[in-house]
Amino acid sequence: MSVNEVVAGEPGGPAPATTEAAARPPSSLGREALHRLVRNPMAVVGMVLISIFVLVAIFAPLIAPYSPTDNSWLDQVRPGQYPGPSAEHWLGIDPLGRDVFSRIIYGARQSLLIGVVSLALGAVAGIALGVLAGAFGGWVDTVVMRFVDIMLSVPGLLFAIAVAAMLGQSLTSVMIAIAVVNVPIFARLLRGEMLGQRGADYVLAARSLGISRSAIVFRHVLPNSFTPVIVQGTLTLALAIVEAAGLAFLGLSGSDPSAPEWGRMLTDAQETLTSAPMLAIYPGLAIVLAALGFTLVGESLREALDPKFRR
Amino acid sequence: MSLLEVRDLEVHFPIKAGTLFQRTVGAVKAVDGVDLDIEAGTTFGLVGESGCGKSTLGRAVMRLIEPTKGSVKLDGQDILSLSERRMRAVRRQFQMVFQDPMASLDPRQSVESLLTEPLRAHKFPGGSAGHAKRVRELLDVVGLPESVVNRYPHEFSGGQRQRLGIARALALNPALIIADEPVSALDVSIQAQVINLLKELQERFSLTYVVIAHDLAVVRHISKTVAVMYLGGIVEQAPSADLYRQPLHPYTKALMSAVPVPDPNVEETRSRILLQGDLPSPANPPAGCRFHTRCPWKQASRCDTERPTLRELPLVAPGHKVACHYAEDILAGKITPHEVKPEEVELTPAAEGPGSIEATEAHVAGGLTPGGPPGAR
Repeated sequence: MSVNEVVAGEPGGPAPATTEAAARPPSSLGREALHRLVRNPMAVVGMVLISIFVLVAIFAPLIAPYSPTDNSWLDQVRPGQYPGPSAEHWLGIDPLGRDVFSRIIYGARQSLLIGVVSLALGAVAGIALGVLAGAFGGWVDTVVMRFVDIMLSVPGLLFAIAVAAMLGQSLTSVMIAIAVVNVPIFARLLRGEMLGQRGADYVLAARSLGISRSAIVFRHVLPNSFTPVIVQGTLTLALAIVEAAGLAFLGLSGSDPSAPEWGRMLTDAQETLTSAPMLAIYPGLAIVLAALGFTLVGESLREALDPKFRR
Repeated sequence: MSLLEVRDLEVHFPIKAGTLFQRTVGAVKAVDGVDLDIEAGTTFGLVGESGCGKSTLGRAVMRLIEPTKGSVKLDGQDILSLSERRMRAVRRQFQMVFQDPMASLDPRQSVESLLTEPLRAHKFPGGSAGHAKRVRELLDVVGLPESVVNRYPHEFSGGQRQRLGIARALALNPALIIADEPVSALDVSIQAQVINLLKELQERFSLTYVVIAHDLAVVRHISKTVAVMYLGGIVEQAPSADLYRQPLHPYTKALMSAVPVPDPNVEETRSRILLQGDLPSPANPPAGCRFHTRCPWKQASRCDTERPTLRELPLVAPGHKVACHYAEDILAGKITPHEVKPEEVELTPAAEGPGSIEATEAHVAGGLTPGGPPGAR
């Protein structure tokens, strides 16, 4: 009787279970989510954008035709007249006589570096705080969450400016500034998710089996709370790129003013906006596409990992 | 000696108010003074409608919810006084089977991992080879093929998942299994399979069961003794056959009369007791007998002032206990039922206390649903 049930499956259950299972490798939730992800055109577009962005950043010296700081074409530039796209300079020349295309290509490195490092810093600190609050609850939770609330009550960009101003003009301070802004987002997200999972039946089951508290937190609660954190991570990466550009636009970026950076290119282009609007559009487009790539993947991930679509 | 001995168990969830400084303004009395004696090798059924505290009682006995008062002795050992570390070691002796098998299995754990976990936690002998052997043994015991070890809970059907839950509960060779609504989330066709599996396992491993359910038929089928719970207290307890043949407490009578009879002639003529009004709030239970607000046999004296204790009525059958002042008179027909006007139930938001007062599950057949036709007796 019982074996019949296994072989035949039940209506509404995962159909003919065992017959198919022999050929199919055991599917974990992660693998199923990946499967759903690659079938989503939005996710594919996002992944293509991200891949282009990452490849460009890695192979910038091979792709860019010139050095981003080479200003040998200064003689072609006259005030109010900047050479547009040509066969030699695909995106034209900027007011300081540099090749715009090369600068955009190299700018990807900077953006990716800031995005990844600030995300990693912010996520690690936020996750640590979130685990602390979510695992212990009680007064630990209260203290940690009030601290996070204080961080959250300061407007993000303002806070980043203050940090950058305090730590001085450097890439490190930009990364720290963006990381600090992201800490409360991760902390709150993870803590809330963990508190929700802590009341789940499988946690109760683990407790009744005599599993230790720390094993329950790290083996059950945390892995099951992590999905939204991953989604938030990709979305935050997009945001970090935009924030880095924003800070650079406000003049807070690396100490070397000639370094290629999309945000700073926007600032520079401001002065010549009427005569050469394209100089602002290129870096703007680069920022938008990079951020769009991460956002698309993040949103598709959220959908793919959503238990509502699980079957 | 009983395997499980529970004395005067109370679980009160505090109701807190205040934004900055919280103070306790009351308590939801989910379980309010329960005694249990469960003998080894038997099945004890616990029935009652949603929100009566039966799940909370089960969890408090397992110390998954800390009771506020009372004692729980398992095999003579008072488990409420144990430290957390000692408690973890004792947990291997009693296990729980949950209502929703999907929710009680970690979706990220493969079958192998979820069955090995308790073995590792309690250092089951044999090392990893021994654990692997034990996992296959357990799967065999609950009727699942060995080939499922690498699969995940979402790949199984409801009945199969419940089998996994049972296998996990059996992993450490417990003496007592508390099954909280073990079949109510399953299709009727699968319910019988799981119940029969439970019975078979009981014989094979001489297990003791506490089965918590709202389905009277399930409990009758499986239990030796049945207790009926109402608003945090046990109102009647008797050997299964006696209770179903001759319920003494008015609440039990109402419950039993709600069970349909599979004979159209009997079904048409039999009298049914429809209770009026809702279950009172456990945050503010009625004084005296908890049931007096809805009792068709309520008398002018004692019922609303003095809380009846669970006492044995030896004239009926040995072991038949009831918590009603007038049980003898009702039995003898000296008191007849009368109309009951539904009393307003005070709705406090705290009625949904922390933990397990289920609010949405199906009711004990039809008769208890609030808002039934008035005076339909």
